[in-house]
Amino acid sequence: MAPLDHRLTTRQMAEFVANGFLRFDAIVPHDINKRAIAELGVLNAGRLLPSDDLDSMRPPHSGTSLDECYPEPSVIGEYLRLPQIRGIIESLVGRSPEFDHDWVHYIPAGGTFNQPLHVDANVDSLDQTFDIQMFWFCDDVAPGEGGTRFVPGSHLARVRSSGLHRYQHIVGEQQVACAAGSVFVFHHGLWHAGQPNPGPDRWMHKVRLNPTEPQVLLWNTDDFDELQSPPTDHFFARMQSGSVAEILRSMPPWMGVTEYRNTQIQRSLLWRYLSGDDSFDVDYYLTRLEQRSSRAANSVEP
Amino acid sequence: MSGASIMRQQVLSLWMAGSALDEKVIGWAFHDGTNGAGPALPDPKQPGGPPYSTGLRALQDGWMLLQSAQLIPPAPGQERENSYLEYEFIFERRVDLNDETHALDLGE
Repeated sequence: MAPLDHRLTTRQMAEFVANGFLRFDAIVPHDINKRAIAELGVLNAGRLLPSDDLDSMRPPHSGTSLDECYPEPSVIGEYLRLPQIRGIIESLVGRSPEFDHDWVHYIPAGGTFNQPLHVDANVDSLDQTFDIQMFWFCDDVAPGEGGTRFVPGSHLARVRSSGLHRYQHIVGEQQVACAAGSVFVFHHGLWHAGQPNPGPDRWMHKVRLNPTEPQVLLWNTDDFDELQSPPTDHFFARMQSGSVAEILRSMPPWMGVTEYRNTQIQRSLLWRYLSGDDSFDVDYYLTRLEQRSSRAANSVEP
Repeated sequence: MSGASIMRQQVLSLWMAGSALDEKVIGWAFHDGTNGAGPALPDPKQPGGPPYSTGLRALQDGWMLLQSAQLIPPAPGQERENSYLEYEFIFERRVDLNDETHALDLGE
C-alpha cells in the first residue's frame, strides 16, 4: 500500500496565495503537544545563555537543513518530522528547506503585553520567492484568550515593520483560537501581532523556513488541471466556476477597490511563479497591461 | 467641580476604503489624552467592528477633522503595489476635565 500523500492540494495552495495563511486544526498529536511544553521551556531558557554553556539546549544555526534540526531525542524534532507537517512544508518550500530561526512564544496567564501589528524581518525583495512561518500552538487557545492577531490577505503589501504599529484594529482581522496541536502556516509577509493573554499559560513555537529550490508545483497536483484557469477567466467577461482565479478573487473586508485590484495582480504574479504558468491571470489585469502596447504597435495601418 | 479649564485631547484615526470621508471605515485607532476620564468610543454595531461606519458618522458624533489623506500618485513602477492603508483621516475631540456637563455625561 502506497504511503499517504500529505502534500497540499491545488485548492489549498491557491487559498494560501489569496489569504497568506493556512490553518491545520489539531494536526499534531496530543502526546507530542503535551511533552513539547517542557522542551520549549528548556529551549527558551537556553537560547540566551553564554555560548560556552555546552549543556544548555540551543536552537539550530541559521542555514541548517531542516533534516538536521532537532535530532532525536527532541519533541520539537518529532513535530517537525511528522509526515503531515513535512507534507505542508514540502508543498510550500520544498523537500530540503533550511532553518532560518525559531522562537518560543511563552505568554504567561494574565500577560498584558499588547504587541503592535508588524511584519517580521524587513521590506521584502521584488521576486516572488517566499519563506513560511509555522505557528504551533501546543495548548488550547479559547476565543478571546489572546491568540495571535493577524490580517488575512495582507501578505503581499510592501511595508516596513514599524509602519504598521498605528493600526490598532483592521476590519476582518482574526485572532487565533484553536485546539491544542493546531498549526498556522503564514507567508512571511503576513501582518500579525501577539496579544495580551487573559487565559492560562500559553506556549507557541514559531519557526521560519527558507526554500532551497524553485517553489514550483511542489504540492499534490492531482487537481491542478481541474482548477487551473486560463488568462481569460475574467469577472467582467466570462468566469470559470471553481477555478484558481475564483479563489484568488476573494476580497478581504479591509480593502478598497484599488488595493483589491492591486492584490489580484500580486496574487496572479505569485501564482504564475508557483504554477510555472507565465500566462496566468485573474480578471485580465496583467494580460491587458502586458499586451496592449505590443498589439497596438503591430497593428496594420488602414 | 469648578475652576480653570483642564483641556485634554482625544485622537481618533480612521482608515477608509476610499478617499472620501463618507466611505466605509476599514481600520481605526484611538488615543485618549484624558486617560479614561473623557467620553469613550461608541460600541460597534457588529462585534469587533469599527466605532463608526464612516468618517461622516464620526463628525456627526462630535469629532473634529484634523487631517485627511493627500492623494499622492504612485511612483512610476509602483502603480500596482500595495503598501500602508492609504486613506487615513485623523480626528480630535477636546475634553475639559473640569466641565461639569462632561462630568454629568460620565455619570460622576
